[in-house]
Amino acid sequence: MKDSDIKRLLYIHLSCIFSVILSIFIPSFFLENFSILETHLTWLCICSVFVTAVNLVLYLVVKPNASSKRSSLSYKVTRFLKCCVYFLMSCFFFHVIFVLYGAPLIELVLETFLLAVLLSTFTTVPCLCLLGPNIKAWLRVFSRNGLTSIWENSLQITTISSFIGTWLGAFPIPLDWERPWQMAIERKPNVPYVVELGTVTQ
Amino acid sequence: MQKISVLLFLVWVCFLFYAGIALFTSGFLLTRLELTNHSSCQEPPGPGSVPWGSRGEPGACWMASRFSRVVLVLIDALRFDFVQPQRSYVPGEPSVSLPFLGKLGSLRRILETQPHHARLYQSKADPPTTTMQRLKALTTGSLPTFIDAGSNFASYAIMEDNLIKQFTSAGRRVVFMGDDTWKDLFPGVFSQAFFFPSFNVRDLHTVDNGILEHLYPTMDSGEWDVLIAHFLGVDHCGHKHGPHHPEMAKKLSQMDQVIQGVVEHLENDTLLVVIGDHGMTKNGDHGGDSELEISTALFLYSPTALFPGAPPEEPKVVPQISLVPTLALLLGLPIPFGNIGEVIAELFSEVEDTQPHSSALAQATALHLNAQQVSRFLHTYSAAAQDLQVKELHRLHDLFSKASAEYQRLLQSPQGAEAALQTVITELQQFLRGVRAMCIESWARFSLVHMAGGAALLAAACFLCLLVSQWATAPGFCLHLLLLVPMIWGLAGVVVCAGLLACAGLKLDPVVLGAMAAVGSLLPFLWKAWAGWGSKRPLAALLPIPGPVLLLLLIRFAALFSDSFVVAEARATRFLLGSLILLLVAQLHWEGKLLPPKLFTTPRLGFSAPTSPPRHNGMHALGLGVGLLLCVRLAGLFHRCPEETPACHSSPWLSPLASIVSGRAKNLWYGACVGALVALLAAVRLWLCRYANLKSPEPSVLFVRWGLPLMVLGTAAYWALASGADEAPPRLRALVAGASVVLPRAVAGLAASGLMLLLWRPVTVLAKPTIGAPRTRTVLTPFSGPPTSQADLDYVVPQIYRHMQEEFRGRLERSKSQGPLTVAAYQLGSVYSAAVVTALTLLVFPLLLLHVERISLVFLLLFLQSFLLLHLLAAGIHITTPGPFTVPWQSVSAWALMATQTFYSTGHQPVFPAIHWHAAFVGFPEGHGSSTWLPALLVGANTFASHLLFAVGCPLLLLWPFLCESQGSRKRRQPPGNESEARVRPEEEEEPLMEMRLRDAPHHFNVALLQLGLKYLFVLGVQILACALAASVLRRHLMVWKVFAPKFIFEAMGFIVSSVGLFLGLALVMRVDGAVSSWFRQLVLAQQR
Repeated sequence: MKDSDIKRLLYIHLSCIFSVILSIFIPSFFLENFSILETHLTWLCICSVFVTAVNLVLYLVVKPNASSKRSSLSYKVTRFLKCCVYFLMSCFFFHVIFVLYGAPLIELVLETFLLAVLLSTFTTVPCLCLLGPNIKAWLRVFSRNGLTSIWENSLQITTISSFIGTWLGAFPIPLDWERPWQMAIERKPNVPYVVELGTVTQ
Repeated sequence: MQKISVLLFLVWVCFLFYAGIALFTSGFLLTRLELTNHSSCQEPPGPGSVPWGSRGEPGACWMASRFSRVVLVLIDALRFDFVQPQRSYVPGEPSVSLPFLGKLGSLRRILETQPHHARLYQSKADPPTTTMQRLKALTTGSLPTFIDAGSNFASYAIMEDNLIKQFTSAGRRVVFMGDDTWKDLFPGVFSQAFFFPSFNVRDLHTVDNGILEHLYPTMDSGEWDVLIAHFLGVDHCGHKHGPHHPEMAKKLSQMDQVIQGVVEHLENDTLLVVIGDHGMTKNGDHGGDSELEISTALFLYSPTALFPGAPPEEPKVVPQISLVPTLALLLGLPIPFGNIGEVIAELFSEVEDTQPHSSALAQATALHLNAQQVSRFLHTYSAAAQDLQVKELHRLHDLFSKASAEYQRLLQSPQGAEAALQTVITELQQFLRGVRAMCIESWARFSLVHMAGGAALLAAACFLCLLVSQWATAPGFCLHLLLLVPMIWGLAGVVVCAGLLACAGLKLDPVVLGAMAAVGSLLPFLWKAWAGWGSKRPLAALLPIPGPVLLLLLIRFAALFSDSFVVAEARATRFLLGSLILLLVAQLHWEGKLLPPKLFTTPRLGFSAPTSPPRHNGMHALGLGVGLLLCVRLAGLFHRCPEETPACHSSPWLSPLASIVSGRAKNLWYGACVGALVALLAAVRLWLCRYANLKSPEPSVLFVRWGLPLMVLGTAAYWALASGADEAPPRLRALVAGASVVLPRAVAGLAASGLMLLLWRPVTVLAKPTIGAPRTRTVLTPFSGPPTSQADLDYVVPQIYRHMQEEFRGRLERSKSQGPLTVAAYQLGSVYSAAVVTALTLLVFPLLLLHVERISLVFLLLFLQSFLLLHLLAAGIHITTPGPFTVPWQSVSAWALMATQTFYSTGHQPVFPAIHWHAAFVGFPEGHGSSTWLPALLVGANTFASHLLFAVGCPLLLLWPFLCESQGSRKRRQPPGNESEARVRPEEEEEPLMEMRLRDAPHHFNVALLQLGLKYLFVLGVQILACALAASVLRRHLMVWKVFAPKFIFEAMGFIVSSVGLFLGLALVMRVDGAVSSWFRQLVLAQQR
């Protein structure tokens, strides 16, 4: 049971990383002048869309959590709407946190918001997929002794390492190398996936 | 453990740090006194030196001028081997094609075709080889050090006598083009100037192309006497690509064309000087003292013949500053007063004259003038400063008098032999070289031994702090031993060192003596640590800092090694502080303290049993965190930009209110500032009302009630006067001027008297004798049914016990005719923190006056922020009742980070031009006359206000969790007029004891204070250690004098201020403790009577 879970987890994370990589290469076939550095806004959008889609599809296919007892259509619709609201709220929440951390209030507001969206796709979307719109369950997962399954363990590690990755991304900002990628406030939270993979597979 | 030994131990640790800082500084920061004397044309440097009546000639000062005009082409970083031809270094091997060799072909050609017109020298620059210091040297002829202790710190302008000043005072027109560093060094002296930005090191062409655009038209126009062109391309190319890059070849070829072009445009009365200010290493850096950095090229060319002989095969080596006296005398100007360079003698030979005697005489004359000037400088300097060696000074003086007498004798009898003249020349040269060597010895050499020793001492002191803060909590810890033994060893170190120095006949240096004492006192400690290393202490015990905080400290440590991070430290500190705050909140959540417990357990009536630790509401802690982040972000709005980031804009709110033009905006801002003051006062009073008793008749309480509003009033009135001083009607001018002198002094005086009162009677306790039986305060909450769980038992059993106690006591009291006199003492539970907070408030107002008005908002934020932080930290601390009490590392790190953050958000930057000099004139609008310590104190108080406040407030970190203890209990008690009371009677322990817990365990209290002090010193000490290491490791770095050295100085000053503040804060708490003890004693006496 556990081994098969770990295997499924591994596939999920591999496909997530793959989707991030795809989001770098695929758009260049459709869009002209696409590159990560120059059209970083587009890339951020595409990347978050890709990752969200992959996450949704995978969790629907794998279904790690036991299916809920009620399965009426209205229940599903309200659940979905609730998920959307939670996602938006988390985007705004991260945006506020970024601004409090020192991001400019008015300039670069689009960049900051897209970063918030991206971070939400890496953290909130898996939470929503796995736990549903249930704040109490989220809080339980992210506290000591709150874990109940390996899926939650993986969720905890992924989310925390995404935050750490975002945090680490701020360090090159003050350096005076004058590279274009410094100008855009780009912090790439796909790094943590690599870090986290090693932990999960062990 | 006694209080006095805790304080003494802290003093000893501080002494260790100071000794380390002083030792490092003595090796790293070379100092020199700047003299402002000037040479003048009318006043020759010595008696009877002017031969053959040249004084009558027009335009001649000390000597007849050889040239009327000069073109100075300064090629930044023109290393000496850049002018060498392509050739192999090892004879016999084929030549290696290096991109920087053989590109300056025109120099070679001129040297070969016109050997009597041109000469190439290898000129040796003195370290530090940075452009600004080199420019200073090339114009003043002196050896600039990092701190030229002059009268003016605020700008980089050269105050000493220099060539440019001599040019302008002689009426020569000086035209400059190139590097805009000259704009700062010589503001407003050029008759025409074309400045180009030198900041961007990656830009190779802007400056050079700009110069080329103007160079030839200016030369042809003839509107100049001195033309200076400072090319930067070679230097920037070195920084960007290094010398071994094809780009360097292109740049040097361009310079070659420039020289060729200039030579073609020269007229007969003009001298051309091509010089490099410093060299570069193999990587293209400079700043240090390696051979490649200090060897530069110096090329002289004159269209008329200048030299009697052909150039030697290998160019002569001359010191770089030789150019200064040479140029001055060649142009017929006085040599700048502070010059210690030696003229290049061969330039003063007579070319046409066939008589060899007159050539030697001319050289001797120039050298003698030079020597007279240097001797005059030495005399003046040694009278003003004591840093030159006396013995050497005497020897040189004797040498000079001898040579001078000989020279005078030869002048009287000109038929003397040429050999005698040659001896005089040699002696004069010996004198000049001796002076230079002596000055280099004391002004321009890093002492690596001192630097390494200082850094090692700092590291050892940090280590000591870390270890002792660990040991202190261990049982059986004895401070006396740890204190006495080092004293003895330190004294032994001093005696041994003094004896050694005396035996060697060296001067007793207090810095070295102090360092020896520190090392001596550290030895037994290190021995003890070493002995205890293997046996019982695992490595984990040595690293008691929790992981995330350790990472944070490491980041702080490492960031000081990068100039970008030092420049961006304001933002980086805010970022780290924000991270730490979020980490604290997350940690609270992780450990389950954040959530309201009802999420986990079923809600129960009367859950809050008195013994359970205070549980905080989840939203409460989250709100604290977000509020803190908001405060940090808002304080960041008051940010002054470092000069290194041109894109950044400083906050406009850092300017004084008087600079606002619009009256309406001014009034609004004034209202906001006064509002901030009033809010500060109201917040402090509210807090004191809540925790301390403002009804107490103690004088310090009365002062808080009446003195503080007076201070606010004074401050507001002063601001009104200062911001609107120009608008005052003429009749009131005198009144306004008088008031702006009196008001700040009055506020400062009030604050000082308040502090005195606080020290005299620090106990703000209202003792009220209550007669009769105490009120029964046991509130029995209804409980029915059998107890089912442990929690129920926890709740019920104390209730029953208390009930029985009440019953029993009631019976006892009834049996007596009159109950014993009980004393209700209000606010005993917050007596320590009330004193600290009062002291902080009293300190803030004078400091506020020293700042610009709008900074008051930042101070309000500061109080708010530290209040929130203390609450957040207290939420994570669980008090163990009998002790030991500890202050966790994250509290101390957050506190130190916040001190740094406030330093930046009050508009400061760690560079000298950013110091708020106006603070020196608050209360002294007319200046201070000759006294220097008072303005230094005022400016220092302005600069290090945040360090001082946070250090004095440090004990709050220990006290606050005890204060927060009362909150949980207060919620339980319902009466609205709740004043938490700590009963004197020990049996009535149901009231929160709060800080009386500390008093009940005096040993643990003292240990906790010691530990707190050591931890804070450690966090600060790590920073100063990082600064020292960065400055010594990167002493060749481009930015060492601009970023690292000022950072080190500010950090060192901040450390000293912080340690003094910490000491004062701890001493205040101990004073309160003593006062509380004596108060108890009086109370007991009164009861017995």
